[in-house]
Amino acid sequence: MRAALVSPERALWEGDAEVVYARTLEGELGVQPGHVPLLGVLAENGTVRIHPADGGSPVVAAVSGGFLSVSDDGVSVLAETAEFADEIDVAAARRDLEQAEPGSSEALVAEGRLDAARHAGRS
Amino acid sequence: MPANIRVLRRRIRSVQSTKKITRAMELIAASRIAKAQAQVAASKPYADEITRVVTAIASTSGVSGVMTTPREDASRAGVLVVTSDRGLAGGYNANALKTAGQLMTTLSEEGKDSELFTVGRKAVSYFSYRGRRPTASYTGFSEQPSYADAKRAADLAIEAFLAGSDGDYEGPDGERHQGVDELHLVYTRYVSALTQQATAVRLLPMVVEETDEPRPENLPAYEFEPSAEVVLDALLPRYVESRVFAALLESAASESASRRRAMKAATDNADDLIKTLTRSVNAARQAAITQEISEIVGGADALAAR
Repeated sequence: MRAALVSPERALWEGDAEVVYARTLEGELGVQPGHVPLLGVLAENGTVRIHPADGGSPVVAAVSGGFLSVSDDGVSVLAETAEFADEIDVAAARRDLEQAEPGSSEALVAEGRLDAARHAGRS
Repeated sequence: MPANIRVLRRRIRSVQSTKKITRAMELIAASRIAKAQAQVAASKPYADEITRVVTAIASTSGVSGVMTTPREDASRAGVLVVTSDRGLAGGYNANALKTAGQLMTTLSEEGKDSELFTVGRKAVSYFSYRGRRPTASYTGFSEQPSYADAKRAADLAIEAFLAGSDGDYEGPDGERHQGVDELHLVYTRYVSALTQQATAVRLLPMVVEETDEPRPENLPAYEFEPSAEVVLDALLPRYVESRVFAALLESAASESASRRRAMKAATDNADDLIKTLTRSVNAARQAAITQEISEIVGGADALAAR
C-alpha cells in the first residue's frame, strides 16, 4: 500500500507501507491495506508510525494537526507540522512542556513530540 | 591634471562601486530564485494531496458548505495582496498593486466594498499613501515565507469571511471589523525566469471548475472521523491556507526573479556608463597632452625665432 507523510513545507516520507498508525481526534488508529476510505482529523499531539513494507525500521514522526486520508490507492498523512522523531530536540520539548499551561495546545504539541521521541527509543 | 578629468575619474569610481552593489544583489537574487523554487517543489505534494481530497469530497458527497456556496447580494470583499518588503525589484510591486487596483475597481463596479489584507511593506506604504489603510498587514517574510506566516495571514481572512458582511470579527488591532462575503488573492505567478505575471484569483467561496475530464473512476466514499462536519470545517481552512502558502512561495520566486533582472540591467548600464566615461577621460587626457605639446613646441619656436 502506498503511503505518504507530507507537511506543507516538505514531503517527509513516501513509499510502500505495511501499516500506518496515526492518532485522530477519536483516538489511535492503524491502517492496513484494504482499509475503507477514511478522512480523519489528526490530533494536536499525534505520533505517526509507518512500518515500511520491506520490513525496515518504522518511520516515526511527531505531527500536530492536519488530516489522515485513506483512499483505495493508499494512505496520506497531511500534517500541518511534522518532524521526524530523530530530529526532535527532546530538551527543548521538555522545556516547552514545563512552560506551557497544562492542557493548552502548546503543551499538547510538546507532549506529542516527547511521545514520538520515546517511540523512537530516545528519551 | 585638469579639473574636468578629476571629475570624470570620481564619477567612474562611484559608478564602479554602485556596480559592485547591483552585481552582488543580482547574484543573491539568483540564488534566492533557486531556493524559492525548491520550496515551491517541496510544498507541492501537500498542496496536491489536499486538493485531491477536497475535490474528491466536493464531487462525491455534494458538499455545499459556506465555503463553496456564493452568497447572494454579496456586498463586501476581502482582498489579500502579496507584495515584497524591499524595492529594487523592477516592476514586481507596481504590477501586483496595479492588478489589485483593477480588481478593486471591478469589485466596486459590482457594488462590493473591498477590505484590504496585505503582505509586504510595499503594499502598506502604497495603500496608506492613498488613504486606504489595510485592515491587517504582514511584513518581514516576503522573500522566505514559512507555512506559519501563510497560516497567520490566511486565518484572519478566513475569519473575516466566516463572519460575513452581516457579522464582525476581531481585527489585529483588537477592534471589531465588519466581515466580508468573498475573498480574493492577488499574487505574482512565476511563469519562468523571464516572465512573472501578477494574477488575481477568488479564493472564497471556492470556484468550482467544471472540467471535461471524465470523472475519476471509483472516487472513494469517505468515512469521516470524528464526523463529516468536523472534518470539512477543518479541511477547508487548511485548503485555503495551502493556497495562500503556494501564492506566497510563488510570489517570493517572482520577486527574486524580478530583482535579478532589474539588477542585471543596472549592472549592464553601469558597465556601459563606465565605458563611456573612460573614453571621455582618455579623450580629455589626450587633449591635455596635445595641448601641452603644442604649447611647448610653440614656446620653443618662439625662443628659436629670437
